[in-house]
Amino acid sequence: MTFDVDLIRKDFPVLGRELPGDRPLIYLDSGNSSQKPTQVIETMRDHLTWHYSNVGRALHALGSESTEAYEAARDKVAAFIGAPSRDEVIFTKNASEGLNLVAYAFQNGTDRFRVGPGDEIVISEMEHHSNIVPWQLLAERTGATLRWFPVTDEGRLDLTDLDELVNERTKIVSVAHQSNVLGTVNSVSPILARARSVGALMMLDASQSVPHQPVDVTELGVDFIAFTGHKMLGPSGIGVLWGRRELLDEMPPFLGGGEMIEAVWMDHSTYAPVPHKFEAGTPPIVEAIGLGAAVDYLNAVGMDAIKAHEKELIQYALDALTEVPTLRVIGPRTAISRGGTVSFTLDGIHPHDVGQILDDVFGIAVRVGHHCARPLHLRFGIPATTRASLYLYNTTAEIDALVRGLHHVQKVFG
Amino acid sequence: MIAESMYQELILEHYKHPQGRGLRDPFDAEVHHVNPTCGDEITMRVKVAGGKVEDVSYEGQGCSISQAAASVLHELATGATVENTMSVVDEFTRLLQGRGQVEPDEEVLGDAVAFAGVAKFPARVKCALLAWMAYKDAVARSV
Repeated sequence: MTFDVDLIRKDFPVLGRELPGDRPLIYLDSGNSSQKPTQVIETMRDHLTWHYSNVGRALHALGSESTEAYEAARDKVAAFIGAPSRDEVIFTKNASEGLNLVAYAFQNGTDRFRVGPGDEIVISEMEHHSNIVPWQLLAERTGATLRWFPVTDEGRLDLTDLDELVNERTKIVSVAHQSNVLGTVNSVSPILARARSVGALMMLDASQSVPHQPVDVTELGVDFIAFTGHKMLGPSGIGVLWGRRELLDEMPPFLGGGEMIEAVWMDHSTYAPVPHKFEAGTPPIVEAIGLGAAVDYLNAVGMDAIKAHEKELIQYALDALTEVPTLRVIGPRTAISRGGTVSFTLDGIHPHDVGQILDDVFGIAVRVGHHCARPLHLRFGIPATTRASLYLYNTTAEIDALVRGLHHVQKVFG
Repeated sequence: MIAESMYQELILEHYKHPQGRGLRDPFDAEVHHVNPTCGDEITMRVKVAGGKVEDVSYEGQGCSISQAAASVLHELATGATVENTMSVVDEFTRLLQGRGQVEPDEEVLGDAVAFAGVAKFPARVKCALLAWMAYKDAVARSV
């Protein structure tokens, strides 16, 4: 199947919407949350209309249809990320929950899942708050030390001190696979090799990579990845933690409740095997099924084709944005090892003003602020940026509109 | 063209040419306020004598709305009685928190009435109020 952006756009009715004041919507905020194709919406509607019941416990027809659809979604996700076993795919609420789940394990686990004073956790300066705060909490509660890779001026991970940062005291390294601000795609292998040589585990925040490029956990070789459904054409309220089976088996449960148990006595319990050990309570059933439909959609288009389309778009965007006077791109200025997200500043104009004019005058949706990555903005000495994040349904014409919009913004505030 | 009602000419003018910007001595109280959702911040000093505001000086960073609001405040408050400025602050707060439904009292507000359009943008209300809340705080600390 050849990639046809016009055909793809037809699957997203909202992209044809006009906002009040005859403004056609130009959606450049998919890194925040993506739009949903009709196929996902219809799958969810069909399930809610005809097949809905609770999963795992109901023995009747609807219960088994729901369970089948929910577990089929797990199969789809497992195949999508190349997981060796479907049982390694844990449905969470979002990527944040996946990251918190792993961080929590280090507070309550045994052996390699226990940290204390003298142990170290390594993250990076380009992380989303959801890959910073859980590790801060872990460090505070256990006395372990939190350390981080710095970021270069170009917006790449600075691995100069890799051997010192990741050392015999390191228990886990957790970094973004792709930065939600810079667009940088981090090279995993040198960090992983070092982590392996010192016996540390490695996790990736894959929230911004799984939606945009082929991700194969076996090929990557890391121990855990977390990502979220709503950034990959699925609904919100569903995320995924993937982990290597033997590690998940070793980890203590996270939330206690229904479905995560094997047997319960008044004074103790035994736990279900993974993945159910980590899925306490009624899960987001229809959301998981919707995520399965999103995976089907992405597979039908092809992740290689999506990656190639975004590479073309970002190359075009980086070239076009250089036309805008005083515009400074925060992050790599070439389309090499980066995804379709670009953040920037304009001299003397606050991003909130940029975003407001783009939205109100042109119907262009961008994100403004620190994008849940405040330390990264502090690193670059700026309070906020304007961010355009592209996806499979975006076009070069929309980038042209952004550039025209930015010229207008400069006219208003110049 | 919704934004045009928010970015009044007067607001843009104050943003491009802020009045009374910079921190000055002497002062009775200094406060630092931040808007954690967008990172806007302001440091404000007030000098009060005999019930009159002798100076309001400030330094800050943020969007056009937050910076223009500080500049307008400086103009309105400097030389006025403390009591008078407090009634302006109250009316300004009432206007901004009114979700665009409040009819502003131009007599009381003067130039600050230009911010009426901001009240329709919940995400920007705090920007407009930042300097004014800092001023209220600084005055309270100066006595």
